[in-house]
Amino acid sequence: MNRSGLLWLIGLGLAIGLALSPPPASAQTAGPPGDAAPETAAADSTMLAAPPLWAAPSDVAAKDTPWDDGSSITVTWSAAPGASRYRIERAEPGGPFAEVGSAVATLTHYNDETVAPDAEFVYRVVALGPAGEEGASTPTAPVASEAQWFNGWLTLVLIALIAFIAVILYFIRKARSGEHLFIRRIAGLEAVDEAVGRATEMGRAVLYVPGVGDIQYLSTIASLNVLGEIAKKTAEYGTALRVPCANPVVYTVAREVVQGAHAAAGRPDTYDADSVYFLTEYALSYAAAVQGIMVRERPATNFLLGYFAGESLILAETGASTGAIQIAGTDATAQLPFFVVACDYTLIGEEMYAASAYISREPLSVGALKGQDVGKVVLILTLIVGTILSFAGVDFVRILETAPR
Amino acid sequence: MRDKLPLALLIIMGLLGFSDRFIPHPVWRTLNELLRNKMLILISVFALVLGLGNLLIHHVNRIKKRGTYWQHSVTLIASFVLVSIIGLLGGPNGNLWMPTQIGSFQFDIMTIYMKGLVALQSTMFALLAFYMASAAYRSFRARSTLAVLLLVSAFVVMLGQVPIGEALHAKMPVISQWIMRVPNTASKRGVDLGITLGALATMLKILTGVERSWMGGGK
Repeated sequence: MNRSGLLWLIGLGLAIGLALSPPPASAQTAGPPGDAAPETAAADSTMLAAPPLWAAPSDVAAKDTPWDDGSSITVTWSAAPGASRYRIERAEPGGPFAEVGSAVATLTHYNDETVAPDAEFVYRVVALGPAGEEGASTPTAPVASEAQWFNGWLTLVLIALIAFIAVILYFIRKARSGEHLFIRRIAGLEAVDEAVGRATEMGRAVLYVPGVGDIQYLSTIASLNVLGEIAKKTAEYGTALRVPCANPVVYTVAREVVQGAHAAAGRPDTYDADSVYFLTEYALSYAAAVQGIMVRERPATNFLLGYFAGESLILAETGASTGAIQIAGTDATAQLPFFVVACDYTLIGEEMYAASAYISREPLSVGALKGQDVGKVVLILTLIVGTILSFAGVDFVRILETAPR
Repeated sequence: MRDKLPLALLIIMGLLGFSDRFIPHPVWRTLNELLRNKMLILISVFALVLGLGNLLIHHVNRIKKRGTYWQHSVTLIASFVLVSIIGLLGGPNGNLWMPTQIGSFQFDIMTIYMKGLVALQSTMFALLAFYMASAAYRSFRARSTLAVLLLVSAFVVMLGQVPIGEALHAKMPVISQWIMRVPNTASKRGVDLGITLGALATMLKILTGVERSWMGGGK
């Protein structure tokens, strides 16, 4: 064979070899080339559809979500260039993969909140191209979620709580030792004596509305504490008291409170079992009933303290139209403007929680109130410092959030 | 003992509620759910019986004493008895023993609820519009600097929400949004922070037994 024949044979062999050999990976993918080879080993349903391939996400890892109830595993990955979204798939070790969720292109993490504690799973992330192309990552190592006994994300909250509790206990102790504690003036609570006195002079009743919240609402509990103090005053002055309730549990407790207040005032005989009564659990029906009481009995003083919703204005406006002195307070901030415009005095926010201590002037309660005020000062100072730091370019909140725990 | 047992129960339940946020373990959560929420439902059922009993006794007493507007109490008791009979014997959808339809006239408990109570409650809710108008009139009388501030800001916010506001001044919606987003949100957050501290202090007062008026004291 001459030289040209040999070259012809080599050329023919190369041509046949190229024609029969599989194309390179870059020629198969419609998207940009990736450094990770597409996962093809897993025997799952995605293999059957055989969509065009896309670069797979890299650095895929799955770990137990920290400090949770054991129902979540966090999957993280590095973005696949050009992917339009990601599909997150889960499998039991050795089992087929199934989709558990998806993430938009800008996200590189996913919380799978559908796992049971201590069950092992492997994950993979499939990058999806604009035309449905797919690039599946290599599966992660098996991972199991574990239930925790402490939520570490709340460490700073717990520290702040313990510090606040310590401050309150310190002032309670101080009050117990007999030290006089100064508390700021609250106009609405200063007016309580005047309001009850007015009802006494006019020979009319005092109406106390403990709101529409059930006993789980702290504002309802605070309101029942105030009721105790008001009931003591009405018992001392011999003034009639009306307490219509919107919740049967609140009614039961309110009855005990009023009865106890009469006993504490040394007038157990003046307790009228009919003064505290249950109306209805429906807020608007309750509002209609209380409106009726206001219009028919024309109480000289109305206390609207507790949790209120939309019916707050109905009650406050009706009370105002009857000419009663009205003292209102709620922790439902959306209702506060209604009370401010329609009532003579409004206890805003924490003033309602301070009310029972303020009225009773009982040293231990005043100690707690003092602690509450100190806590507020600390909070205000923290806000001022945080604001200054923010203006100086220091992200105060971010530092607190990411502080090592 | 009369004081100590309720206080001990309260401390246990209070600490359980307090720990709920900090201990995410399912065993603790289940215990919490059982001891607090399920128990509360149980207590609520007993209290509801007490409440309904009290409602009836209260109105029977009013009728006996021929108190003011005692006729209203008669209406209440008659409605109570009638609805109870229809509900107990007719069932929720009128599918029990008692027939709850005469011709095209239906009076099962769901019909009474939907076409009676819900309609009446909607009427009450609609009344809010009139009360808002009267409250706005009361608050918008510019009698002090604060009232003037309220009036001006409310006016700007309202105008900013409607097309005429933008027609009057292009910046009106922006100013309106700024009032809502900055001073309004700031003051609301201030109130919320105060409420949280107040709630914590109240919780502590109750847990430490400083505040125990809820236990009553009568015989």
